[in-house]
Amino acid sequence: MPTYFEKKQLVTPGELLAEGDYLPGENTYVEENKIYAQRIGLVDVDNKKVNMVALRAFYVPKVGDIVIGTVTEVGFNGWTVSIQSPYNALLRASAALNRSFKPQNDELSAVLTSGDLIVAKVASYDRLHDPQLTGGEPGLGKITRGQILHVVPTKIPRIIGRKGSMISMIKQETNCQIVLGLNGIILVTGKTPEDEELAITAIRKIEQESHTSGLTDRITQLLKDNKESMEEPVNE
Amino acid sequence: MNDKHDKLIDKKGIRLDGRKADELRPLKLQVGVLPNADGSAYIEHGKNKILAAAFGPREMHPKHLALADRMVLRCRYHMAPFSVQERKSPAPSRREVELSKVIRESLEPALFLELYPRTGVDVFIEVLQADGGTRCASITAAALAIADAGVPMRDLVVACAAGKVDDTVVLDLHDAEDKLGAADVPVAYMPALDAITLLQMDGILTPDEFQRAVDMAMGGCKKIYEMQKEALKTKYMVVKDVEESEVEE
Amino acid sequence: MSSLITKVRLKQISQHIEKGKRLDERGLQDYRPITLEEGVIEKAEGSARIYLGKTQVLVGVKVETGEPFPDTPNEGVQTVNAELVPLASPNFEPGPPDENSIELARIVDRGLRESHAIDTEKLCIEAGKKVFVVFVDVYVLNHDGNLIDASALAALAALMNTKISNYEVKDGELKIKQGYTQLPMKSRPITVTVGKINNQLIIDPQYEEEQVMDSRISIAVNEKGNICAVQKGCSGYFTPQQILEASKLAQAKAAELRKKLNW
Repeated sequence: MPTYFEKKQLVTPGELLAEGDYLPGENTYVEENKIYAQRIGLVDVDNKKVNMVALRAFYVPKVGDIVIGTVTEVGFNGWTVSIQSPYNALLRASAALNRSFKPQNDELSAVLTSGDLIVAKVASYDRLHDPQLTGGEPGLGKITRGQILHVVPTKIPRIIGRKGSMISMIKQETNCQIVLGLNGIILVTGKTPEDEELAITAIRKIEQESHTSGLTDRITQLLKDNKESMEEPVNE
Repeated sequence: MNDKHDKLIDKKGIRLDGRKADELRPLKLQVGVLPNADGSAYIEHGKNKILAAAFGPREMHPKHLALADRMVLRCRYHMAPFSVQERKSPAPSRREVELSKVIRESLEPALFLELYPRTGVDVFIEVLQADGGTRCASITAAALAIADAGVPMRDLVVACAAGKVDDTVVLDLHDAEDKLGAADVPVAYMPALDAITLLQMDGILTPDEFQRAVDMAMGGCKKIYEMQKEALKTKYMVVKDVEESEVEE
Repeated sequence: MSSLITKVRLKQISQHIEKGKRLDERGLQDYRPITLEEGVIEKAEGSARIYLGKTQVLVGVKVETGEPFPDTPNEGVQTVNAELVPLASPNFEPGPPDENSIELARIVDRGLRESHAIDTEKLCIEAGKKVFVVFVDVYVLNHDGNLIDASALAALAALMNTKISNYEVKDGELKIKQGYTQLPMKSRPITVTVGKINNQLIIDPQYEEEQVMDSRISIAVNEKGNICAVQKGCSGYFTPQQILEASKLAQAKAAELRKKLNW
């Protein structure tokens, strides 16, 4: 009943990970009582469960997820929204306006039109039906300013940090508002471009070094150093 | 086929390009070479130079091609006009249509098609230079492109040919051997599952020679499989490197 | 493709095969009844129509003169084309050949070409300039599965009754003379397709069985029992052991057909 990997070993699809008394976790599959990798990623075992963090994956919607998407089409009773997933999402007019939608009065393209960016929540989804979004809650809706960056969706949990520790620290140190779309799109809105730049640098660093230890300390240091250099008077 | 040509293998068993019967041509594999694609790979297998790109899973266009219960894999194998001695018309030939189909069917067993119904994955293969065995090299590269796109896979698919040249069963035929040899047997294989996903043959072989050719091709596949895994890991090694430097600190 | 068959039916087929049974009561490795009619199209130099169960394929052979390929100046040319004509199935649509018809044509072509079925060297009229071109047109008339084996058998039958007008060359001009000569043949390849359903190897799948088939392998065998072309198809796979079994099965079945058809 062995496992065939070292902790956090980099494995490729098809690599045999464990045999026998183990449970297949994310990004793995079972064939004849053997657990194999499905993706390129780092593998670990936790309480007999073989888990893999994929280094490359796409976003699959989950109900309740906050996502950031681009409106691609204005339809009869709602909008099609690209959320960087295998499936396009639908935002119904009633779910965006937060009231009943009257085709004779409401001009949909006046509310949102193609190219608009929105923050929304996944209201429903299963593999047979495209995800439906909702936009009628505080914090959701059209994005009018800020910086957008894309990361591999599997890195979002690391950017959030344990109980949100990482992201709150970045928010606090940079005075930026940050919306993490679980689909790998991040909105950073700060008072100055420098603040936004610093937040983005920090996020990029987390993305690149997401599977290393001592990351929180390094990010703390990075934010501190930058802040100091910004506060220093410039002598010419 | 006939004996109009000079010997392709000398008395010492050495082939025109200096290889032994069971030796592969030099291979070079690279992953993530095309930034716009969701996944991509480049292969140099002998003088073959081939690019593969994967897009998706994404909505199918046109929409009516989507299937309600499974994902659709589409493959396009295409040769650049300058890839061969005499310019090839860029319009898809019957050979390219057939190869696109068999390449697709060699990759499908590796995918969990039922996981993402109504979507499609597109794989585009461009042969920039051809030197015998392009379908095999294309499959090896395409599998890497799909893995690089983050599409879940049962295993990487790897392909290699064996054949018969001057009465000898040999591995990995180059262009001249392919054209003048007695038979060519391309094989695609998923080593982890011991599954053959492509098998073609032309020429004439006894049942015993055929079996030996299949075995030899599978042996070649296993060697290339190791290089394939290395190539994929190399792109994602950055993470590992950071981790190691961490330890040194 | 499979939209016409209900899921219940597909399950039923698959369970049947698992129990070693077929939809039509034959054994897993039996062909359906085969009937061959030869010379059915008078205007073609050669023709044959095959009935393989409910599958019907007509092959016509036309022989014309044309230029040889530059790398084989002394040899005639063999060309195989396949049409999945719309009357053969509700799922076939008019239009240019799709990948299924192209693959079918190329499998039939390879079986004939690689076994040197046509003695192309005897089809040279004037080296490097003029040769006979043999057009083999496969016409699928009713699709009930196993188009590959049916088409390959019909193509060979059509070639075997192909006659070329006698001719003489005068001042570089071809002059037709009285009488006909049989198309020169060197070999008689038979292609056997082995399908895999639920890890069972079956012979001669019919249409509905093809809808649940994981994979297939078509193997052309010549009269010496040697293998001269192979093509794996469909989205599944074979284990190396299954390949070995399939190749043995194909040889046995080819021998059986050869005896039955007196080829």
